Amino acid sequence: MTPTTLNQTGTTMAGTTRLSVRNIRKSFGTHEVLRGISLDARDGDVISLLGASGSGKSTFLRCINLLEIADHGEISVDGELIQMEQRGGKNVPANRRQVDRIRSELGMVFQSFNLWSHMTILENVIEGPVHVLKRPRAECIAEAEVLLEKVGIAEKRNAYPAHLSGGQQQRAAIARSLAMKPKVMLFDEPTSALDPELVGEVLRVMRSLAEEGMTMLVVTHEMSFARNVSNRVIFMKSGEIDSDGAPDQLFGSGGSPSFRQFIGNFGG
Amino acid sequence: MALFQLIGFGPTGWGGLLLLASLMTLCVTAVALLIGAILGSLVAWAKLSGSRILRTLGGTYTTVFRGVPELLIIYLVYFGGSSAVTAIGTAMGYEGFLGLPSFAAGALAVGIISGAYQAEVFRGAYLAIPKGELEAAQAIGMNRSLRFRRIIGPQVFRFAIPGIGNVWQLSLKDSALVSVTGLADLMRTSQVAAGSTRQHFLFFIVGGCLYLILTSFSDRFFTSAEKRANRSMPTSLGQA
Ligand SMILES: Nc1ncnc2c1ncn2[C@@H]1O[C@H](COP(=O)(O)OP(=O)(O)OP(=O)(O)O)[C@@H](O)[C@H]1O
Ligand SMILES: [Mg+2]
Repeated sequence: MTPTTLNQTGTTMAGTTRLSVRNIRKSFGTHEVLRGISLDARDGDVISLLGASGSGKSTFLRCINLLEIADHGEISVDGELIQMEQRGGKNVPANRRQVDRIRSELGMVFQSFNLWSHMTILENVIEGPVHVLKRPRAECIAEAEVLLEKVGIAEKRNAYPAHLSGGQQQRAAIARSLAMKPKVMLFDEPTSALDPELVGEVLRVMRSLAEEGMTMLVVTHEMSFARNVSNRVIFMKSGEIDSDGAPDQLFGSGGSPSFRQFIGNFGG
Repeated sequence: MALFQLIGFGPTGWGGLLLLASLMTLCVTAVALLIGAILGSLVAWAKLSGSRILRTLGGTYTTVFRGVPELLIIYLVYFGGSSAVTAIGTAMGYEGFLGLPSFAAGALAVGIISGAYQAEVFRGAYLAIPKGELEAAQAIGMNRSLRFRRIIGPQVFRFAIPGIGNVWQLSLKDSALVSVTGLADLMRTSQVAAGSTRQHFLFFIVGGCLYLILTSFSDRFFTSAEKRANRSMPTSLGQA
């Protein structure tokens, strides 16, 4: 199978490279989950990552912010290479403080929201800026209120996560990430845990982020988002990039047979 | 009413001493709970750690101190501790028996036992934290100590309150055993009063009632603390 790689002419603005991943490999035991994945995301890119269950999409996303440590490969965020070293035959980060800082520059939105349950929504949103970035609290609260307004849950600022619907929790989680002013946002199936009627409100927030020029990497099963919001679609298969291109081209006639079969399952 | 005077606060009454003794029981238990919290968190940490040796050590601690009778531990700490102190005294030229202060020995002994139970409470509380919340903390760039202070600590505390309440009740009752060292706690004072007035029934009933008052008050305290800490829980759990 030949990867259907399209060059990016016309698909991206001529911005700087926000995220660069070179030849990532990752195994769990003897199971090789990622077999050499490379990707560049430029400023304002919205990349949808598609693939069957088990194809390695989550693992790939988690390797980018080092929740999993890749066995091989290089990752740079905004031009800064994450330093790795070999210790005991394993690839490990050389500098924990660099890792923490890089993580603070990457927003991550999880399928299961993962808001901190002992904090109110507002406390969740200011937690990172106040304690990780050590910025003045009053300033962070003012910004958090603007963000909560933007994702449409300002009136829930003093509620605890357990008292919110899934869609509200996910929007709060997006606000929590945005409060860090991330350079790139990573989304791992942000709507998969939601009741169907709540999916729309989260997708709307993501769409408006995309329109504002946020650089986003989105693992999703929402074909409409991949088609209509992202400017690039990557289809993963067995830990490799199978197809990569502009949505019009891939969903048009450019996708590989596996990709056609995959979207066929979604009735697309 | 002669009986009434015996437990009253008059010159022939034991009321004042019994009140003092209740306070003593509370103090021993509180200090023991504190010692137990320190030991318990260390042991819980050891049991959760990646090191096999530490896990075994932690496991041994909880097995031993939950498995051996409390009275034996108190004897061990009080007499064992005292002979150690005596040995040191002898080495330094002092002749004769040196006792460990019975308050310190009692609080330490009960604390050691309480630590074994608290370790289990803390370990369970840590494991109750949703893994995703810890990942979210990592993902936002929190280092280890920040994660502990902001995410793990407060949640362990919240999940541990009911369990710690139980341990407190246990320790309160264990502390009665400390009376064997001669400490004037509620148990010992009831005994002395019973013996010297020959009103055994009266004073053991009064002692029992005072223990009940202490436990029911502390029960109330822990229940309200639990309610406060559970503000953030789903209503079905939080208001239960
Ligand atoms: N921590 C782990 N230990 C062992 N195996 C793992 C681990 N995490 C993931 N895997 C395995 O790696 C493979 C890829 O998993 P991954 O979660 O990345 O897939 P995915 O594409 O995100 O799938 P899904 O659409 O179901 O979320 C799967 O076979 C999974 O079982
Ligand atoms: Mg996944």
